Amino acid sequence: MRNTLVSTFGLILALSWALSGTALAFEIEDERRFGAPNATREIAILSTTDIALFSPLAEAFLARNPTLSLRYVQATSQQVHAAIDTERAAFDLVTSSAMDLQMKLANDGFSLPLPADVINASPDWARWRDRLVAIAQEPVVLLLATRALPEGTPLPRSRRDLIALLRDNAPIFEGRIGTYNPVISGAGFLFLTQDARMSDSIWRLAEVMGRLNTRLFCCSGDMIAGLRNGDLVMAYNVLGSYAVARLTPEDGVQVILPEDFTITLQRTALVPSTSTQPDLGIALLRFLMSPEGQAIQAQATGQPPLDAETFRTQPHLRPIRLDPGLLAHLDTMTRTRFLAEWTAALDQP
Amino acid sequence: MSRRMNRNMNQRRPASLRRRLVVQLIALSAVLALILYVAVRLGAERASEATLDGILGAATIAIAEELRSVEGGAELELSPGTFSMLAAMGEERIFHRLDLGGHAVTGYADLPLPTATPTALTAVFYNAPYRDAELRLAAVGRSLMIDNRPTPVLVIVAQTREGQRAIAQQLANRAAALGLAVFLIAVPLSLLAAGTLLRPIARLAEAVSRRGGHDLRPVHHRAPAELQPLVEQLNAFIARLRTTLTQTETFIAEAAHHIRTPLATLRSEAEIALRQAQDEPTRVQLRSMIRATEESARSANQLLDHATVLFRAEQQAQDKVDLGVMTAALVDRFGPTADLKDMQLALSLPSERLETKGDAVLIEAALRNLLDNALKYSPADSTVDISLIRDGINARLSVQDQGRGLGGETLADLSQRFRRGVNVGQVVGSGLGLTIVAETMAAVQGRFELTDREDGGTCATLWFPLSV
Repeated sequence: MRNTLVSTFGLILALSWALSGTALAFEIEDERRFGAPNATREIAILSTTDIALFSPLAEAFLARNPTLSLRYVQATSQQVHAAIDTERAAFDLVTSSAMDLQMKLANDGFSLPLPADVINASPDWARWRDRLVAIAQEPVVLLLATRALPEGTPLPRSRRDLIALLRDNAPIFEGRIGTYNPVISGAGFLFLTQDARMSDSIWRLAEVMGRLNTRLFCCSGDMIAGLRNGDLVMAYNVLGSYAVARLTPEDGVQVILPEDFTITLQRTALVPSTSTQPDLGIALLRFLMSPEGQAIQAQATGQPPLDAETFRTQPHLRPIRLDPGLLAHLDTMTRTRFLAEWTAALDQP
Repeated sequence: MSRRMNRNMNQRRPASLRRRLVVQLIALSAVLALILYVAVRLGAERASEATLDGILGAATIAIAEELRSVEGGAELELSPGTFSMLAAMGEERIFHRLDLGGHAVTGYADLPLPTATPTALTAVFYNAPYRDAELRLAAVGRSLMIDNRPTPVLVIVAQTREGQRAIAQQLANRAAALGLAVFLIAVPLSLLAAGTLLRPIARLAEAVSRRGGHDLRPVHHRAPAELQPLVEQLNAFIARLRTTLTQTETFIAEAAHHIRTPLATLRSEAEIALRQAQDEPTRVQLRSMIRATEESARSANQLLDHATVLFRAEQQAQDKVDLGVMTAALVDRFGPTADLKDMQLALSLPSERLETKGDAVLIEAALRNLLDNALKYSPADSTVDISLIRDGINARLSVQDQGRGLGGETLADLSQRFRRGVNVGQVVGSGLGLTIVAETMAAVQGRFELTDREDGGTCATLWFPLSV
């Protein structure tokens, strides 16, 4: 019954993935317009980031540029990719947490070259050529609702600890574990492939999670909501920025950065070749990368600004390399095989 | 017009040796710099292309080998490391394509196919444009058992080569900068080389020009082997010239002797005969004979004077000549001739000693001819003013007569050989006097002017450079 449920769910999501490429219009999650109604020009931005997290940045940017307005379209990373790659939708800036899909857009020639000052402001590891730059970094974390655990349970410090914890407290976790569905979520797929690159422990964890009827989600937000209302006890691979922004101490949820390795993601931005006013996209990008923009992002997400120092002082934070190596797992055959393996691991009898 | 221009071009002086050397050396270094640039550019491009092709081919073969047959198809696991490595140099873009049984199954289905059929062991490399990029592609073919049937597999991996091109260009630019530097250094170096090469020639020229005009000794100059033939020829030429000059000198002396002596004898014989002759017709004949002899002697003297002037002007003797003493002596010598015509010779000399450098024999001949002319063309009972005075860095000697003037002719006309004035009348002369004066003044680097005086007569002025 459990297996059938997971499989059916997966099949539906797989179908929607397959169909998304041929759909006439990409699906958006939310849309909002910032700025004065009488603004002379409007910047169109397509992003995976929640509008709530972006609002302070939009307001600060428009305060500096009162003649502009800003149309913010939020979509999943798959849809963001499809919007540019397949549908050639006109946006002036595209930001996404799915580094691999952004890399594919840039590799396939869908991004415009950025001016030298923007490129030179980025360290080598935070950009690819002059086409793609990182605007923020954040860890991918493990969330644990400690209030649901027995008193005095030590917090897991690594995946090995986590596997032990899940085995020891199977009744508590049964049906109350959440993680990304890599079939529909670009970011979830990226995190899993990076997990697999770092260590084989992800496969053992998948087996354990599969036995505990793990539920699959499209987005970090839904998992956090599940933790807050008690549906979930644990969420694996959640965007750190969302966790910090939405959880309060009263929720009794611990944010854990596993010490064996914690994948660190870069939010990347590109000006697509479909842009009708690339100058505005670049202006917004300059603002996002400026000290002020970085400070606002850091405050909104609770994450440190883009900084190489982080990786030196916290060696367990493992940055995802921003290079065409990311494209390997996007290959249809490789992706199919990887997802099949993942589903098989999760589908333990 | 064009013919004239051609002639002008043909007549143009050949370019100087220094210029030729410098131009050739600079052109050579420019060619070398260009060759360096092209060689480095091509070399860098070839080397980096070969290296990158090796990596691309190995990656393609590795991917083809990783392909495994599974039930109902094939299974592929692309390694992120391979892609990272392929993109590493210069952040290249990567594309790939996998065909099973002639159908694209994964990757970029529209990636250009190879023209040749690749095998499993060696990759086929080719270039093709794709989307907005120029790609370098590697293709590998193999065969895979799928559902018990051998199925052909084609793996294509492509990368852009912008970084490689940028690096090759950078190397070539460095080579170009180096070439330019070599070229720039070559300019002063070739000037230096030209100077060094031409120095022996300049030394030889200096050694030859330093010699006096009558120095006809052979040139003993240590010239490089290449210049030795020139020195030998020069010495041979000098030897021939010396022989010729000696012969000329001898000839002039002989001629003077052979003409003057018989004329003098003839004249004295005629004078004796005149004194002894009684009848008037014979005396008239003898007188005309004496006048003819006189005329011949004068002409012979002038011809010899002129020959002497020509010969001695070549020799360029540098005697110190006291112009005052010489002028006074000449005026003394012409005293009896002037007395015969009842003429006065008024001489005005400066108190200082005015000396010039030159051939004393020549200068005396010039002054003699000038005084002779003044006396010859002046009427009886007139005065010839002769004055010598310092004029700046020159000594100015003027001879003014009250004769018939120049008759509208110029010095240039009158100083031509055997050319006499239109107003000479019955006065005897050879037309060589003024030629001698003009040639002498040229030899001593002085100046000669001949002008009409306002109140009739001629003024001849000579400027001699004063010796320091």
